[in-house]
Amino acid sequence: MSEEGLRPDLALIARTVTPQARVLDVGCGDGALMAALRDAKQVDARGLEIDPSNVAAAVGRGLSVVQGDADTDLAYYPDASFDYAILSQTLQTTRRPDLVVEELLRIGRQAFVSFPNFAHWRGRLSLMWGGRMPVTRLLPDTWYDTLNIHHVTVDDFRALVKDRGWKIDGQWFLKGDKETTHANANLFAEHAVFLLRRG
Amino acid sequence: MASASIPEDSRFGLRRQVRLTGPLRLDSGATLTPVDIAYETYGAMNEDKSNVILICHALTGDQYVASDHPITGKPGWWWRMVGEGKPIDPARHFIVCANVIGSCMGSSGPASVDPVSNAPYAMRFPVLTIADMVRAQALLLDHLSVGRLSAVIGGSMGGMQALSWPTIFPDRVESCIVIASTARHSAQNIAFHEVGRQAIMADPNWRGGDYYADGQVPSAGLAVARMAAHITYLSEAGLTEKFGRRLQGRDAKTFGFDADFQVESYLRHQGLSFVERFDANSYLYITRAMDYYDIAEDHGGSLATAFAPSKARFCLVSFDTDWLYPTAESRSIVHALNASGAQASFVELSSPFGHDAFLLECPELNRVVDGFLKGGRA
Repeated sequence: MSEEGLRPDLALIARTVTPQARVLDVGCGDGALMAALRDAKQVDARGLEIDPSNVAAAVGRGLSVVQGDADTDLAYYPDASFDYAILSQTLQTTRRPDLVVEELLRIGRQAFVSFPNFAHWRGRLSLMWGGRMPVTRLLPDTWYDTLNIHHVTVDDFRALVKDRGWKIDGQWFLKGDKETTHANANLFAEHAVFLLRRG
Repeated sequence: MASASIPEDSRFGLRRQVRLTGPLRLDSGATLTPVDIAYETYGAMNEDKSNVILICHALTGDQYVASDHPITGKPGWWWRMVGEGKPIDPARHFIVCANVIGSCMGSSGPASVDPVSNAPYAMRFPVLTIADMVRAQALLLDHLSVGRLSAVIGGSMGGMQALSWPTIFPDRVESCIVIASTARHSAQNIAFHEVGRQAIMADPNWRGGDYYADGQVPSAGLAVARMAAHITYLSEAGLTEKFGRRLQGRDAKTFGFDADFQVESYLRHQGLSFVERFDANSYLYITRAMDYYDIAEDHGGSLATAFAPSKARFCLVSFDTDWLYPTAESRSIVHALNASGAQASFVELSSPFGHDAFLLECPELNRVVDGFLKGGRA
């Protein structure tokens, strides 16, 4: 499998990862990114995933995936044991996103973090004019059944990065499946991808 | 088909038995010689011997993994996993399954004849460990000219053997599948086994284990041991669904101690049918081996250290209703594997059947095992 067919943020990450790297994909789903990295870049990929049927699907395609919880199970991975730790669209579902990113940066030399930008103008409009929590294409669930328990914006995340002294090695913003400008990303980006390292 | 050009080799096939001189050095310090091993093989070894899978059986299992049992006539105990079109397939794999030493289906055990005294060993048979069972399997593989295992797989006590394999022979195992198992026996596990052993030893027919001569075997004790153990293989929800409080062939309680309830009748049947096919002393020896089992203890208290020399890929599966070897046990193995940098997969599957789920219908289990064995190769 190639980058084609991958979710846009995953395709972007897949393009950026160096060949033969060691990668831990936290919240790897059914292993689509891992399989692409393995097949296209001979990456040694390991995964952590909370949903058992996703794990079964990933193991079924020959991937090394462990069923576990990003909030609790990252502690068992040794320091600097991966080139990259990847957290795609999972940050906003964790109980302590800040601690999870700390763990990613302990385990990986660099960490990719991607998340839906809650400050996208559609969401703002919905809240401002409708007075209701946004239900959009990217955030399709209602407030009571969403897995997203820590809604975050691009500017929120930048503030966290600054506060913790992490370094940004790369940042990408997506609108649909296209990259969009850094200017006013907090208003126009539906999706953000950051590449971080420890400060 | 693949082996058509090779002349018939009597080492391979169903219902094989071999007497190996050993001697096999045991963890207790004793040695065992000769070492009899009863086993079956399915399929054919390929040119580079890269398709060998060793299947390890559970406490009361045997080598008849995918062929009819000679005593009960039932299909092999893992026919759902092993066979044509199954994840472990004789068309693709060379499959070996051997009766563990200490057991009673043709491998050396307490019912075997001690060459020194020319009488059954009974309780003079040396006490074994899971690692001893694994070393005996390695002797068999030497005999079969198998160097490396493409995979070793087992559930329950079979999982203990499978997990021990890469810690004892790190260079002989490429992948390891451990289902509904653990890295050590817990106090609760030991406690249940002790109940079973005491039931056997309290049977007046047991007589210190010397019951072979007159055939008056401690069947009442063994049946009770099996009944107690069988409860641990099921789940409360499973028992409730299967039996509830339903009465057995009667409309009202009898106000007596007959098997009023269906669950009583079922357990009695399980106990009685078990004694037809199993030796009470073997039950003592094998449960003891399981109780002594603690991989970390054998490696300075660290599971991660035990796995460090191995390059094997690991796959662990637990079941959500298994309270004998609950998910937490598999998870602690996975944490150790992560710490040692091993390639590890783990999934907890959902099943109503408790510990026994690995033997029963579970399409997800087959899917995981199939995918893992193929390892991403088409």
